Amino acid sequence: MDTVIKKEDIRKPENLVYKKTPLLTDKVMSYCPGCGHGTAHRVVMEVLEEMGLQDKTIGIAPVGCSVLAYEFMNIDMQQAAHGRAPAVATAVKRLFPEKFVFTYQGDGDLAAIGTAETIHACNRGENIVIIFINNGIYGMTGGQMAPTTLPNMKSSTSPYGRDVATMGNPLRITELVAQLPGTLYVTRQAVHTPVAVRKAKKAVRKAFENQKLNKGLSFVEIVSNCNSGWKMTPNVANQWMVDNMFPYYPLGDIKVNED
Amino acid sequence: MAKMKGDIVIDIDKCKGCEVCIPACPVDVIGVSKNVNGKGYNYVETVNDECTGCTNCAVVCPDGVITVYRKKIE
Ligand code: SF4
Ligand code: SF4
Repeated sequence: MDTVIKKEDIRKPENLVYKKTPLLTDKVMSYCPGCGHGTAHRVVMEVLEEMGLQDKTIGIAPVGCSVLAYEFMNIDMQQAAHGRAPAVATAVKRLFPEKFVFTYQGDGDLAAIGTAETIHACNRGENIVIIFINNGIYGMTGGQMAPTTLPNMKSSTSPYGRDVATMGNPLRITELVAQLPGTLYVTRQAVHTPVAVRKAKKAVRKAFENQKLNKGLSFVEIVSNCNSGWKMTPNVANQWMVDNMFPYYPLGDIKVNED
Repeated sequence: MAKMKGDIVIDIDKCKGCEVCIPACPVDVIGVSKNVNGKGYNYVETVNDECTGCTNCAVVCPDGVITVYRKKIE
């Protein structure tokens, strides 16, 4: 007892329990401080590392804040036109059926301009993974209202809050694609706490494992913050997300297949 | 009883000072520095020696700047 342990004795390679995966490049990510995109990138890359898929995976980057995902994900990637990532992923997977193929898309990309591609790829049951980051706003272009913006939520184009009577209802596209016969696994996760990150990682792992089954599309939504667009500090934004986003976009599995 | 003693290394040049790691730590190891890094962010630093190496902080850090070590102490 009471032996003093020096930091040098703890900081040894054999005691290492966590370090950033080499499947993320060393570039500083272009995301705002505290943005869930960085955590979501890491979760996906950690899963690919653990499954040994670095050279067997092709990712499709979207348009939006994560347009530069290929700069940070240390795997083969292709960037798609706005909203067309599921169509590009369809082609890539059909040409390279042995590869693991996924898209990484925000809500403006996936649930607005790309709605048609999203729904038809899901309905066709393409054997790909879709990672969908939903922060309820167009982050990259300055915080405009998105289809996913909550009722009464303020954005730069709904400065008095989204009025459902004139601006329509927020789109729960994840529940929508769960109805389609082509989806195999549909889940909604988050990455704001250690527990949430660990659960999200299990979901992403299941989605990529599913691609071996050739039985349809796996769709993982990650509800995330946009602290710049929401005009809050990161921890306040995360709490706001828990209080406001989660009641409308509840976390958990929506459609699950047997392993 | 075996006890775990941990330590973290923060890459202060890459830290964006978002503070998301601070509430994630069950033993309040992390605090904001008075100093700023090359990007102008007040990076975070360890403020006590209570770390158990649970990895919570590293798991939530959006920029993956925390490395965690853990050693069993008899
Ligand atoms: S590893 Fe755990 S105990 Fe150590 S600083 Fe991080 S959160 Fe705190
Ligand atoms: S979560 Fe990461 S980037 Fe944010 S303050 Fe902590 S160490 Fe820095």
